[in-house]
Amino acid sequence: MIDIQPEKLGELRQFITQFQGKPYFESNLIAVLHKAQALFGYLPREAMDTIAEAMNIPTAHIWGVATFYHYFNLKPIGKFVISVCLGTACYVKGAQEVLDTLRNELHIKVGETTPDMLFTLQEARCLGACGIAPVIMINDKIYGELNSKKVVDLINQMRKSAAKG
Amino acid sequence: MEKYVITLCDGTTCIQKKSREIRTALEAEIQKAGIADRVAIHLSGCLGMCAKGPIVIVNPGYSMYGNVTINDVPEIVQEHLIKGRPIARLTIDEDHLYNRFFRVFGDADFFGKQMRITLRNCGIIDPENIDDYLALRGYEALAKVLTDMTPQKVVETVKKSGLRGRGGAGFPTGVKWELTAKEPGPEKYVICNADEGDPGAFMDRSAIEGDPHTVIEGMIIGGFAIGSNKGIIYIRAEYPLAIKRLEKALADARKNGMLGDKILGSDFSFDIEIRLGAGAFVCGEETALIHSIEGARGMPRPRPPFPAQSGLFNKPTLINNVETWANIPVIILDGADWFSSIGTATSKGTKVFALAGKIKNTGLVEVPMGTTLREIVFNVGGGIPNGKKFKAVQTGGPSGGCLPEKYLETQIDYESLAAAGSIMGSGGMIVIDEDSCMVNMARFFLEFTQDESCGRCTPCREGTKRMLEILTRISEGQGQPGDIEKLERLGNMIKKSSLCGLGQSAPNPVLSTIKNFREEYEEHIHQHKCRAGVCTSLLTFEILDSCVGCGACKKVCPSEAISGKRKEKHAIDPQKCIHCGQCFMACKFGAIRKG
Ligand SMILES: Cc1cc2nc3c(=O)[nH]c(=O)nc-3n(C[C@H](O)[C@H](O)[C@H](O)COP(=O)(O)O)c2cc1C
Repeated sequence: MIDIQPEKLGELRQFITQFQGKPYFESNLIAVLHKAQALFGYLPREAMDTIAEAMNIPTAHIWGVATFYHYFNLKPIGKFVISVCLGTACYVKGAQEVLDTLRNELHIKVGETTPDMLFTLQEARCLGACGIAPVIMINDKIYGELNSKKVVDLINQMRKSAAKG
Repeated sequence: MEKYVITLCDGTTCIQKKSREIRTALEAEIQKAGIADRVAIHLSGCLGMCAKGPIVIVNPGYSMYGNVTINDVPEIVQEHLIKGRPIARLTIDEDHLYNRFFRVFGDADFFGKQMRITLRNCGIIDPENIDDYLALRGYEALAKVLTDMTPQKVVETVKKSGLRGRGGAGFPTGVKWELTAKEPGPEKYVICNADEGDPGAFMDRSAIEGDPHTVIEGMIIGGFAIGSNKGIIYIRAEYPLAIKRLEKALADARKNGMLGDKILGSDFSFDIEIRLGAGAFVCGEETALIHSIEGARGMPRPRPPFPAQSGLFNKPTLINNVETWANIPVIILDGADWFSSIGTATSKGTKVFALAGKIKNTGLVEVPMGTTLREIVFNVGGGIPNGKKFKAVQTGGPSGGCLPEKYLETQIDYESLAAAGSIMGSGGMIVIDEDSCMVNMARFFLEFTQDESCGRCTPCREGTKRMLEILTRISEGQGQPGDIEKLERLGNMIKKSSLCGLGQSAPNPVLSTIKNFREEYEEHIHQHKCRAGVCTSLLTFEILDSCVGCGACKKVCPSEAISGKRKEKHAIDPQKCIHCGQCFMACKFGAIRKG
């Protein structure tokens, strides 16, 4: 897991103090969650506990609010979000092999993110690019006509580009 | 220092009325004042306002002065060019605010049928510069309200204007204001609903991005009218530019004394805060929105009590849509009588639509109520591209319906659209041509509402899911006899028994397409046919004799269903074909038939 930097939790606490003492203090919960997500990229348990303590709201309630809204990520998301198309055409053309390769290469399951926070693996319905099946989408870009070797090459490229910054 | 451009009409009548002498005097006066480096003088052709000549126009701000004499010149230079204060005495003011639009963009076809009231400043002013807004009579309505009007009078004016809510439901705005004003204070709230969640709708975003002060001015006037000191703009987090412009506009308004304590020296105090949404469509519904501002899950609750009685923090709350607010300053300045002269018997003023789909001029348009759908689609919108045939127009997004050709003469107003089987909605308008499948269209919207159903009430949570299952199987060729009737039964039940507007309107796209395009549903179910060629599982592909054997289709086929030698006619194995349509797209000779 990634570290939750104490400074960031401090910054979150600091952010909350601006609302302290104002009427309807708890109503700022969503603004605080936005801040937490801006700091961490998602809403870690530690942040929710910090908010609970600083705002005197049960963590369970905060969790309830956070899960209601699509905008909040409850798990960290990697720099590259990989969606593997499992539509019929891709399936026929070997999407399963592509998915297996990705799982092995990244050592994660679908829905998970690598510990270095580079990759998140997802499944997708048909991406509409059957002509170049099997395809994957990385962030907003489609890569097609893949096989195991090409997938590994792609991942290595991404790693390299991330290392360069 | 502000730079100015002065335009002098150099038409025959104005010259006769000494415009050239005025020009010489202006140049001399400008030299004398030492501001020649920031004032440019232009001449224009005849403006056609000869009766009021000579005409002098000062930009930015488009102050149009008429009947100018040489004696006025020192005042123009001292007051306007040096102190930045346009001269009311000389201003030609008979035109209404909305007309300013045409001066900049001309009377092109696209604009000719439009009437820009709420978007009057969009594209004209710099939205991040309060001076631009002020120059176009910005905050003048606020000043008028604070100095010349009582709260009752403001409520009366809005009531008399006939303005109705632009957020979808069309509730009379003045009545809502009156109800909220009557409730005991002092703690009351004013909310601007900027949660705009309909797919394809971007009216409110553009309005805020283009002219944030209008919305703010409307809200301050609303606060004054109902006796509230606190406003909140609830806006989607997905609109960063609009949020940034609002923040800047609020700060500038505070600096200039339009927000805060004792606004413009009056006894009235009011301030506005921004609250962000977090990506939940249902939060556009007013009671859900209020829960969201309170920091809770954005779930709706039954009404009554209405927000007017018990809204935010259980206090009386006035909630209106962005576009509704943007109408207020104009109604105050140009008057309720003028406003109610526009539109139809029951719907006054204009409506902004986001035109999208199979239409040439996609974009935002603002038209007077009473404009027909045909005028919007074929005049303002420029008609259907690529010579395709019009099939339907969808209004009201996921809460609305699809209207076929025979309804094109329908006038835009709340009642006529409802009578035709759709709704005004918040302003999404999607044009559909012969290439679109109505079953698929209905499915698209239902998929959206199904996903966004908050899960609180059973009819919406479970009912929409069952409807979606039925629609999905119909579009996959698994439809069963009786499915259409089942959809109708379920749909009507969900409409009647859901808790909030989301469920109450979610079946509309399905019910209206069944009503107007029943034969398409029947074809899908009984003949496994999609006439638009959209539902791919229902399509069969066949290679025609015109095939030259180039092999392009064979190459793209993902399931290796196509065989054939080079330069010979190829064939598709229906057993292996997965209906993806790639071969159809790859063929350069039109030798593949889909149907
Ligand atoms: C599911 C649902 C979504 C809604 N979304 C919006 C919206 O995005 N913007 C809006 O102004 N009104 C929306 N409304 C309507 C509001 O509940 C409310 O009627 C409106 O904000 C009142 O303002 P008006 O009278 O100025 O239209 C929605 C209603 C429902 C049921």
